[in-house]
Amino acid sequence: MFEDLTIKLEGIFKKLRGRGKLSESNIKDALKEVRLALLEADVNYKVVKEFISQVEVKAIGQEVLRSITPGQQIIKIVNDELTNLLGKERVEMMFSAQPPTVFMLVGLQGSGKTTACGKLARYYRKKGRFPLLVAADVYRPAAVDQLKILAKMLDIPIFSSKDDPVKICEASVERARKDGKDLVIIDTAGRLHIDEPLMLELLNIKKAVSPQEIVLVADAMTGQDAVNIAKTFEEKIGLDGIFLTKMDGDARGGAALSIRAVTGKPIKFVGVGEKLDALEMFYPDRIASRILGMGDVVSLVEKAEETVDLEEAKKLEKKLKKETFTLDDFYAQLQQIKKMGSLESILEMIPGMGGKMMKGLKIDDKAMVRVEAVINSMTKAERQKPHIIDGSRRKRIALGSGTSVQHVNQLLKQFFMMQKMIKNFSKMDLKKFEKGFFSFR
Amino acid sequence: MKFSLEKLKFGLFKTKENLLGRISQAVGLHKKIDQELLDELEEILIKADVGPSTTVRIVEGVKKEATKNKIEASEKVIGLLKDQVTSILTAGETSSNDLFSPHVIMMVGVNGTGKTTSIAKLAKDFKDQGKKVLMAACDTFRAAAGEQLEIWAKRVGVEMVKSMPNQDPASVAFDAINSASARGLDVVIADTAGRLHTKVNLMEELKKIKRVMGKALSGAPHEVLLVIDATTGQNGLSQVRMFNDAVGITGIFLTKLDGTAKGGIMIAIADEFKVPVRYIGLGEKPEDFQKFDPVWFAEALFT
Repeated sequence: MFEDLTIKLEGIFKKLRGRGKLSESNIKDALKEVRLALLEADVNYKVVKEFISQVEVKAIGQEVLRSITPGQQIIKIVNDELTNLLGKERVEMMFSAQPPTVFMLVGLQGSGKTTACGKLARYYRKKGRFPLLVAADVYRPAAVDQLKILAKMLDIPIFSSKDDPVKICEASVERARKDGKDLVIIDTAGRLHIDEPLMLELLNIKKAVSPQEIVLVADAMTGQDAVNIAKTFEEKIGLDGIFLTKMDGDARGGAALSIRAVTGKPIKFVGVGEKLDALEMFYPDRIASRILGMGDVVSLVEKAEETVDLEEAKKLEKKLKKETFTLDDFYAQLQQIKKMGSLESILEMIPGMGGKMMKGLKIDDKAMVRVEAVINSMTKAERQKPHIIDGSRRKRIALGSGTSVQHVNQLLKQFFMMQKMIKNFSKMDLKKFEKGFFSFR
Repeated sequence: MKFSLEKLKFGLFKTKENLLGRISQAVGLHKKIDQELLDELEEILIKADVGPSTTVRIVEGVKKEATKNKIEASEKVIGLLKDQVTSILTAGETSSNDLFSPHVIMMVGVNGTGKTTSIAKLAKDFKDQGKKVLMAACDTFRAAAGEQLEIWAKRVGVEMVKSMPNQDPASVAFDAINSASARGLDVVIADTAGRLHTKVNLMEELKKIKRVMGKALSGAPHEVLLVIDATTGQNGLSQVRMFNDAVGITGIFLTKLDGTAKGGIMIAIADEFKVPVRYIGLGEKPEDFQKFDPVWFAEALFT
């Protein structure tokens, strides 16, 4: 997510760490580099200026210079200041005491509003709400169709009509009330923040439906202008929060830092992929440590908790006790991991895996698909007793799964190693093993 | 397409206001070209997304020229700046305007940059030149992408090869090129699904589309245009690098340059890569775009 920025900062900090004592000029040099790294990450110029002077004041203060580990001290200061910039705590969405609650998503063209609407609807339905999607983008060709398709995929109702956007929104809230839907999510048309008539339209929608949350959908790859965009939307219609999209690329996240710093509006969600489940909550402190390459274990554990099936884990435990770990179980484990999202996004959260470790390490999600295909091409008997898989069976499996014999061999080798490991483990403390390995609990 | 400096100036109004306005302000506060003024220039350029390294290079260049030619008056700085920017923008390779038959153009880019709208613009321009255009809906992934292109095809009045959701995009391109060859159409423009340049599998898919195009017609695609949103920051460099590595970009279509977009990233791209900017998008209507001419562009920006 913030790989490149992390690498830069890691390099700078490494130099600092190596020193026993730091002089004022050491610190100034390091901060100059931090400044450049932040600017290259598209952090707003003004924000960088303030950030650096804040850090400088604190860093050149007494504690650091006299400290035994001055490098560590500076890293701590930078981390604290970053967290400050990003907002200290996560801010949740507001819900109305009298349903329906209305969320209104706004933003420039191409920032990802429609997809964001789909993601929010999916997320809140999972949390027990009854969402209604509203197609208020009547301008862009096929925008309504796009939301309709997403709604169908999610099996969530959608409201659309040939009226003007303000009337559509008004009518949609009526409809929600009648149909017992408690959450209305409005997809508005993309617009430039300087487009007066279209900004007025947003204001009229706001007046008509008084939304609990007006969320600005902003592209993480936006440059210095991100701040102006957010500021104008805030001034003209008022914002409650930010949904940052396309954070799964190599955008260095400067927009994230700047928007929060300048508007004071919290970033609430982060989009990390085109699929509708690619949604992350935004936690400032966790992101700050991710930027600094310290990983984000809390999010990882939460993700695991959300997706790992307790029943499955218990079943597995029994199997392990009886030492009958088969390819079927291996397959089930794979499915669990897959539910947590792309391997890349999981690895990013592991301490020490950010920055340099991730750079150049292209994770191939297809590899998982291949393993699945290989296992799917095996007979029941083969999955239960993998040792019966001989040369001709291997050939058949490779042919059936569209892979090669090498792939099959590789998988079997890995599986046998795992089986052996598990045997050794189960002789030891099974509880401990399970804790650390499968359920992340 | 008629080239109009007025229209270009109007479209770039905001960019210019940002750049020239601020520079003039800075110039007004200083009598001489001194370090303070140069520092302010640096700030202005960075704020316009030119990026720290290109900015430093430009400012150093201005400083050098000023010392060399003993230029002291602060108002001269605008001219020096214009020269620096023009020389960076013209350093890129120029692209030929030859058309093959059929001439195959492949549009690529990250999500939400405006690929589909840009295709409509190109299609209309070719059609106005009397060419027969065929659009190919190779974005089979995003919901309603095909419908969006179809509406544009109807509005502009050109034909389109439709596709099914999740159909192999390469097959759509293949069909379109074959159909255009068979019927003697002049231009094929292929829309592809937006993808982040860091997604290995999706970039492989793009390579495949390009390969298959070459099988349908040797030499195709004749142009691969990377569509970049002008509000993009330094990430634009990474986009150019990785799309170029994957499919070999022949040019850039810079969109959304109207509004407050700054487009400074274009200067950074020209500074780092040899890929020329071919077109710039200045609005949502099909006629809202221009061929890019670096000299004119610098002219529109600084005068």
